[in-house]
Amino acid sequence: MSDWEPKIVAFLCNWCSYAGADLAGVSRIQYPPNVRVVRVPCSGRVNPLFVLKSLENGFDGVLVSGCHPGDCHYISGNYIARRKFATLKTALEFIGVEPGRVQFSWVSAGEGEKFAQVVARVTDDVRKLGPAKRLVKSAEAGRAGATLQQSRGGGE
Amino acid sequence: MKAGKPQTPNPKSQSEQLRETARILLKEKKADLVIGYERGSSKRRARPVVIRDEKDVGRLIFDDTCGPSLVPFLRKTLRAAKDRNSKSQTPNPKAVTPLRVAVVAKGCDGRALVQQIAEGQLKRDQVVIVGVGCDGIADQRRGASGEKRAASCERCRYPNPPVYDVFVGEPVEVGTGDEFAGVAEFEKLASAERWAWFERELAKCIRCYACRNACPMCYCEECFVDQTKPLWLGKSAERPDTTLFHLVRALHSAGRCVDCGACERACPLGVRLALLNKRLEREVRERFGYTAGLSMEATPALATYSEEDKQEFML
Repeated sequence: MSDWEPKIVAFLCNWCSYAGADLAGVSRIQYPPNVRVVRVPCSGRVNPLFVLKSLENGFDGVLVSGCHPGDCHYISGNYIARRKFATLKTALEFIGVEPGRVQFSWVSAGEGEKFAQVVARVTDDVRKLGPAKRLVKSAEAGRAGATLQQSRGGGE
Repeated sequence: MKAGKPQTPNPKSQSEQLRETARILLKEKKADLVIGYERGSSKRRARPVVIRDEKDVGRLIFDDTCGPSLVPFLRKTLRAAKDRNSKSQTPNPKAVTPLRVAVVAKGCDGRALVQQIAEGQLKRDQVVIVGVGCDGIADQRRGASGEKRAASCERCRYPNPPVYDVFVGEPVEVGTGDEFAGVAEFEKLASAERWAWFERELAKCIRCYACRNACPMCYCEECFVDQTKPLWLGKSAERPDTTLFHLVRALHSAGRCVDCGACERACPLGVRLALLNKRLEREVRERFGYTAGLSMEATPALATYSEEDKQEFML
């Protein structure tokens, strides 16, 4: 267990948080290497299923990040997302998934420093929680991943 | 509710009044057909029936066995009529006029109809809402003769439909007490205990989708569980997959569920599905100030936003 490292997926919106992560990179700001970034057009694009599938397929934590309220490239994507995230978080915590496994943040394109802090905090929280056990399809993880890949390219 | 109910001044039973109403609706061409309940395979069972002719109104009944929501049947009926019209080469002019369907609606069913109208799924003028005051549906599982009311009826705050065209019988007195008491009680448990409870409960699920099929608010042409590109969920009844199914179904009905309890009554394994729905109902009411099925004009909570929404959970 001592060499266990949390594996975290971060869904970052193209216009703010992804650029924020980029800024953190070009500014040479150090942050934990535990996140795998998935770039999405908008935080509103993040279907709760993305988050749940990530947990099922073995990620220990999920971070979703988008533009600050009022800054959305598509005017209201992040506002709609905020309502979705609130219900998703409530549902997860109600059924007994640990608070802290799934987190949400606003990071703008200029906040490279904040991006590094958010990643550090989420990594730290997930590290304290230990490897994810709830919702995980452990033995099947590999196979489920394979089926997802096979079906890639198709529409929804 | 039962004790405080005033004596009905009308000596006729609710079923008799319902038959009379249906006969008039059909006779005066206010409705092309009536969807209601008839006696099922036993004295304690009722099943949906479509009445097209006023001489058949005698089949209609209404009592505490009339549990299944008629809203899915209404949708299927309207859909079938639409398909028939679009397929016929020389459309029958009589069939082209949109079908007007009268549907018997308890409080919860009435709310489901209102919610579907708010979501643009039904047109108000297609439906004649025949409201009935409902004292609660008997839970066949909780007593051999079904003398006990279903769990969702015990906490019901809308026994009478908020919107109707005709009302049959007397309005039922609204219950008091905290409708979210069960949710609050459950929330006292620690996170691990809640997880253990859900794991145990969902381990029973055989993924028959009876809950989804009985739900008045599940109307997607293609459900996410049936999609194969991408394959969101494995087809097995393994627990992570069943958990995801129920979690996502609850999320899809957040702010839309009218707590009619149809899912729980339809479940052959007795999985307690409504608890999570009820929790999300409370969340949507507290956070966004929205209750499903009360207004045909209000935009459903998860389809809109306010700049002032609380965001204490955002980093």
